[in-house]
Amino acid sequence: MAIIEIDYLSINSVTSNRYTMLGTNPLGRLFGPNPFSLLKQHMRLAKDCAEQLPALFEAILAGKRDEVLRLKSEIDRLENEADAIHKTMRQHLPRTFMLPVDRRDLLDLLDMQDKIANVTQDIAGLLVERQMEIPPGIQAPLLPFVNECIGVVRLSAIIMEEMDELLETGFSGPEARKVSGMIDRLNEAEQESDDTGAAVSRALFAHEDQINPVSVIFWYRLLEWIGDTADYAEAVGNRLRLMIATR
Amino acid sequence: MEIIAQYGPWFIGLALVFGLFMTWGVGANDLANAMGTSVGAKALTVKQAIIIAAIFEFAGAVLAGGSVTSTVRKGIIDAEGLIGNPEYLVYGMLASLLASGFWLMIASYKGWPVSTTHSIIGALVGFGLVGIGPESVNWGQVGSIVASWIVSPLVGGILAFALMHSVRALILNQEDPFNAARKWGPYYIFVVGFVISLVTLTKGLSHLEIDISTTNSVFLSIGLGILIALSGGYLLRRAKRDLEAEKDQRFSSVEKVFAPMMIFTACAMAFAHGSNDVANGIGPLAAVVSIVGSGGEILQKSSLPIWVLLVGGVGIVAGLATMGYRVMKTIGTRITELTPTRGFCAELAAASTVVLASGTGLPVSTTHILVGAVMGVGLARGIGALDLGMIRKIIMSWIITLPIAGCLAAIFFFALRFIFG
Repeated sequence: MAIIEIDYLSINSVTSNRYTMLGTNPLGRLFGPNPFSLLKQHMRLAKDCAEQLPALFEAILAGKRDEVLRLKSEIDRLENEADAIHKTMRQHLPRTFMLPVDRRDLLDLLDMQDKIANVTQDIAGLLVERQMEIPPGIQAPLLPFVNECIGVVRLSAIIMEEMDELLETGFSGPEARKVSGMIDRLNEAEQESDDTGAAVSRALFAHEDQINPVSVIFWYRLLEWIGDTADYAEAVGNRLRLMIATR
Repeated sequence: MEIIAQYGPWFIGLALVFGLFMTWGVGANDLANAMGTSVGAKALTVKQAIIIAAIFEFAGAVLAGGSVTSTVRKGIIDAEGLIGNPEYLVYGMLASLLASGFWLMIASYKGWPVSTTHSIIGALVGFGLVGIGPESVNWGQVGSIVASWIVSPLVGGILAFALMHSVRALILNQEDPFNAARKWGPYYIFVVGFVISLVTLTKGLSHLEIDISTTNSVFLSIGLGILIALSGGYLLRRAKRDLEAEKDQRFSSVEKVFAPMMIFTACAMAFAHGSNDVANGIGPLAAVVSIVGSGGEILQKSSLPIWVLLVGGVGIVAGLATMGYRVMKTIGTRITELTPTRGFCAELAAASTVVLASGTGLPVSTTHILVGAVMGVGLARGIGALDLGMIRKIIMSWIITLPIAGCLAAIFFFALRFIFG
């Protein structure tokens, strides 16, 4: 929780300073907490959270129950931290703030990042609570699929690291074109992960009669959720493209 | 006349105390705005900022503050109606100093963003209006001052917006931003030196009875600008490229180049602040000194004694050294959003606007112009989040400051008239 506590602190000190040290000082009160650095922090947490998934699947495959539980609680912790920033940002972005981008685009992007962490938590929750075992028929294609989806998430996180540069150049010029190119690659990567996902689904379909029918249903759902991590990561990129394109 | 002869030293003493009180307040709070950005960008330590402030505030007040001082001294209250009672003008000036000093103290305590300039002008108008009569106020002049309060932050904002875009086009959007910054940096520093020299030479020096023709002023300013740009170029060449930091933020080395440029804008801001805020703070003091000095003659054309400006400079530096450095530190850490490139654009725009206003004799608010300039950078999509509520607060502070400073001044005026007769 360390990162978030610091942010609350700085927000609190802004308010308390308003009436003491800064006195008649309009300049000190002009700046709101930078939503873009919070956005970056949030994305890092969402990515860290999703990055636990490959290890989680491997631990399940290897039957390491303790490791599975440890990873699950790590995912919960990261998701909670991300949630706290999500809440802070939504609370501390009053309409009187002048932002370099549309306020709704910014909050939309934040929501997409948050969904990456949320769906990761859902996946881990279902795997652990229902003690899902990985059917032998899909073991081979499943891990590459998970890795590919997390790769898409990583790509979107790398793009979000460009936020400072974008802000410095006013979301325009060569920097904006560079980020736009990165988003193109993100779109391609997501497309590829979709194809891999379809292959896993086909493998699951081929082995349906060897698996408990209820598990089959849940596996289809899990595959969908794993694919969702990449979908939301792509949506992060597309929201960012919207910020660059408008104005 | 005999009242002035009788209590002359008293009046000068009171004016000195009130004037020091006023300028101390300006130094304790207002000045920190002007220089906090450079401290925040780590271009200067607080100690260096105080030294720069001491030198350039004084230089600004002496070299470019004459017109503003004379506006405050004789532009707002039409002294012609007071020829029979010159002491009334003395009371009024004392009352105005006391009223604005008092109001600034209350406002500082309450945390309202009020401006020294607005307090002084409000107090003068209030004393003229209530103490003497509406006809004694030079409404035309007051009108243009009030208009300048709206126009000057806008001008600052537009300049900052344009500067930000030029920095992007010439430097940030180039293939090699670091070397582009080193190449164009001296040109920007030239602009700083040129603008300030030009305004000083064409407008500021007349009260020192130094007259230079406009053509000569332009050439001299170009020369001074080049000189300053060369010294800046030397500093910029020492900026080291940090490839490690560039991995994290591609423009971090560019910021390193801009950091020493903030030394120049800090000087410019201190100069501008001196030319306007110091000048209007000591305007009433200057008025008292000249009336008492001439034994009650109001309409003399004596020039401003330098020691009066010195008092202003001393007050400001004392304020900065006793309290202002703390405010400066706080602001420096608070406005890290204003990285050197952004801070440079905002400060250069603000300093130029203030110095131009000073040249025309208009008392404006450095802080409000700086807020306008920062907004301009924000409009260029350069800042994370700016609280537009600040604009409303500033307008509210005007609406409150003007009548309150005016009423206080009127009350103090009547009190002084009661005491001294």
